[in-house]
Amino acid sequence: MIPTLPATTLSTQRKSALTKLSGHRLLASPAGLAGTVWLAAMIIASLTAPWWMPFKTEDQDFTAVLSGPTAAHWLGTDELGRDILSRIFASAAETLGTSFITVMVGVGLGTLMALAAANSQRAEGVISRVTEIMMSLPGTVIILAVIGAVGTNIPLIMGILGVLISAGIYRVMLGQAKSLQNQLYVDAAKVDGLNPLAISVRHVLPGLSTTIVVQSALIFAVGLLIQAGLAFIGFGPPLPQPSWGGMIQSASQHVYDAPWLMVPTGVVLALTVLSANAIGNALGKAPNATASHLPSAAIRRKRATQAAAAAAAAPIVQNPPVAGQLSVRGLSVGVDGGTPLVTDVSFDVEPGTVLGLVGESGCGKTMTALSLMGLLPSGVAVTGGQILWNGKNLAAATDKDMEAVRGRDIALISQEPMRALDPMFTVGYQLTSAIRRLRSFGRAAARAEALDLLEKVGIVDAPRILKTYPHQISGGMAQRVAIALALSGKPRLLVADEPTTALDVTVQAEILSLLRSLVKDTGMSVVMVTHDLGVVADICDQVAVMYAGQVVENGATDSILDDPRHPYTLALLAADPHANSAHDMPERLATIKGQVPQPKDWPSGCRFAARCQFAGSACEVPVPLLPSGSGEGRVRCVKADELAMEGLAWVATDVPVVNPVPAEVPARHRLDIIEKDMA
Amino acid sequence: MSIETPLRQDAGTTVQHQPMLQVQDLVVRYGRGRKAATAQPAVDGVSFTIQRGETVGLVGESGSGKSTIGKAILGLQKASGGTVAFQGEDITEANPSKRRAIGSELRAVFQDPNSSLNPRKTIGASLAESLRVRGVPAPEARTKAEDMLERVGLPREAVDRYPSQFSGGQRQRISVARALICEPKLVVCDEAVSALDLSTQAQVLNLLADLRDELGLSYLFIAHDISVVQFLAQRVVVLYRGQVMESGPAAAVTENPKHPFTQALVAASPVPRPAEQAERRAVRESLGVRTAAAVAATPGGCPFRQRCPLATELCATERPVLRRVGEADVACHYA
Repeated sequence: MIPTLPATTLSTQRKSALTKLSGHRLLASPAGLAGTVWLAAMIIASLTAPWWMPFKTEDQDFTAVLSGPTAAHWLGTDELGRDILSRIFASAAETLGTSFITVMVGVGLGTLMALAAANSQRAEGVISRVTEIMMSLPGTVIILAVIGAVGTNIPLIMGILGVLISAGIYRVMLGQAKSLQNQLYVDAAKVDGLNPLAISVRHVLPGLSTTIVVQSALIFAVGLLIQAGLAFIGFGPPLPQPSWGGMIQSASQHVYDAPWLMVPTGVVLALTVLSANAIGNALGKAPNATASHLPSAAIRRKRATQAAAAAAAAPIVQNPPVAGQLSVRGLSVGVDGGTPLVTDVSFDVEPGTVLGLVGESGCGKTMTALSLMGLLPSGVAVTGGQILWNGKNLAAATDKDMEAVRGRDIALISQEPMRALDPMFTVGYQLTSAIRRLRSFGRAAARAEALDLLEKVGIVDAPRILKTYPHQISGGMAQRVAIALALSGKPRLLVADEPTTALDVTVQAEILSLLRSLVKDTGMSVVMVTHDLGVVADICDQVAVMYAGQVVENGATDSILDDPRHPYTLALLAADPHANSAHDMPERLATIKGQVPQPKDWPSGCRFAARCQFAGSACEVPVPLLPSGSGEGRVRCVKADELAMEGLAWVATDVPVVNPVPAEVPARHRLDIIEKDMA
Repeated sequence: MSIETPLRQDAGTTVQHQPMLQVQDLVVRYGRGRKAATAQPAVDGVSFTIQRGETVGLVGESGSGKSTIGKAILGLQKASGGTVAFQGEDITEANPSKRRAIGSELRAVFQDPNSSLNPRKTIGASLAESLRVRGVPAPEARTKAEDMLERVGLPREAVDRYPSQFSGGQRQRISVARALICEPKLVVCDEAVSALDLSTQAQVLNLLADLRDELGLSYLFIAHDISVVQFLAQRVVVLYRGQVMESGPAAAVTENPKHPFTQALVAASPVPRPAEQAERRAVRESLGVRTAAAVAATPGGCPFRQRCPLATELCATERPVLRRVGEADVACHYA
């Protein structure tokens, strides 16, 4: 699985998420950087304006009326000969400051309302109704009415604007706040005894920080524009006090005789608004959205062709092809950067049989399965070996060739059936369109076939199910539909990636029975990826145990599960509570110390050695997969024969107990004692 | 689980013999207003008791109401009826300050190790939270957090790291540490090992067993996997659509189930021994339990009747009450 490889990138990613407000992302984007620089310059220049302004805002220079840029007036003068530069920066502090009031009130109030609403359903009802009313009020009219009543009190007006905007902010924040409120760590905090206020502040608010910052930047820009607009129509600060909107208004009267007058103020306003938006965009962009660590598509295509050519060049070691037989030979899968995820995996799947790929997460079993379909995630590719299907090497096949194979020859069912089904279309539509596409059926024939398929996968009222949407059916039913969809192209091989993991055991048993009967009836073969040894025992004929990207043991299911030879298989079986019944349940289950190593940490010797109870110096060199002596099976362990001979079992090891208090009686008997006490 | 065997409460020893947790006729309905009144309740009259030092397993399929029961006990979900008593004290309607008072004795470990720790807080901050709420000074809370991390097999330095720096199994151990840091008496484990791989699952199960033996804890162990429950629990309660189908000693319920649903559940749990699994499969197929997909929930009578091979007219009209069959209590007219 992919999640294993970016563990390191993940932690750095997390770190950047933590420090995102310190501006990593802001400075990484050129637009964001430029915006920050401009806004910072504006703020500094406007705050320091009284000390460096070349002229007072009211100073009139009648020798230079409506002049363009000159040595004395860098940005020119207006119709009264007043210096534009001085007037822009003299009014900047108030303009920026009052826009900030809108931000504080709007975002602050919006966030508070969202936190309160996420906290209680009742509060959400009330707040949502109130904000709906607020949003339906004509904002412009209200602001003009306020101006009529109290005059042009800019801070007050901008505050009221903030209140009006807060309704929209609330809408944006609510969904996010609610999803944060539903996190398990919020439940855990409640169990800790934190009060709702503390939970909002400590656990929900930090999660909203990105949205808050982004919204603030955008609202700041909106505030600037509205304020300029108000000044433009005459509701700015009282004359002769300068304002950006007022200056643009007076420039508009001279747009024919002195067009320059519009330029300085207009550009400053536009740049400031753009800066705020650029900052908002830079902060709002998801971290690593561009995945800069991955090579470009062109390089990847080139590498894929090279790998395909290399694979094609390798001699095909196979006797005349058998129809419906899959032979994987020395398959390696790796990240483009070079980290291997699967190395030298070989197995055969005979027609009408089920092969299990079993192991813990991070062992490469899903990558192996996806490579059979040519569906590896982007940035991951087959780096060596062959996937021989009907004598053709799929590892060297182009995307176009794979399209002919996918669905028709090889189909996939995944762990999450809903991922195979599009929520926008009915089950019937999806099934019939797949049948028509894959088998060139007419409409009526496809519908008949769809009904037939649904009945085949054990759905009783097929006509009704055809009309339903995926969200209207249960998980077990959805997996049946997903199987029907996979069967629609009459595949010879079904790749099933943990098909029952998300299902209840009773439903799992039904799906396994269904798969078994499909294999028996149609002669198709199945590659079953699972972590559940019980599922393997139930349905698989052959099994390949994978560990850290390698097959460590393979063979017939009976011999692997009843007579395991590799220490990892021994350990998995000993750790499985299903292997024991109630009367022989051990006091402790066996465990394997540590965890599956990251692909980059794989040693050159036995990859399991670091966790193995039986490891010795012989395990430090690469270990080949050799016949195990148990049936047809093979095992990758230098000590396999020794272990089998001595009949060694995996001993339960465990987390060290720091202060072991000897329990006088086993827990199981304690209950009886309590009951005796009570009697 | 002593519904049929009320405790003998001698004067003076009452407190000591008070069960750790007593859930009586618990009903939880989701939604509000008319919708809630007409909908099938998520939990429908569930009763059970957990004694001191006892582990009770709550088993059922998805939608059986097992997690809802856990939430109702923890006060995360409002009960619509019935009572939850913790050490003899009714906490069904406990207010937040009351919850905080019992919060150190009644703790939880949740399923998903990825979302049960706040990714923005250090492990130390998450662990110390419950102590800090109760006024423990920061340095002392930190030391306790370090001790607890060591106790669950993690390095003391882990206090300053973030959840993303740990694997799923390690995070689940951190969740256990978080639950146990304020020396609780009862821990509700809601699918605490379901998201883990076999070897890490075994580590966490062993840890829970060790801590129970060492600290005399009681657990309510909620899981969908009856084998996992069987490892840890002395008693098992089997739920179906919010109702108790069968409850009794773990060995009896899992080895010799009496209720048709429990039989189906046990038979469907696969074992990693091919020959035995083939036998179990034959047993399961011979049970004649109908698939869940084919039937819709209808109120009244036995909730399992539409899937049940034994169902008759009686099952549609009369809801079976729990009665003693062998060692277990079974809600079936024909068990």
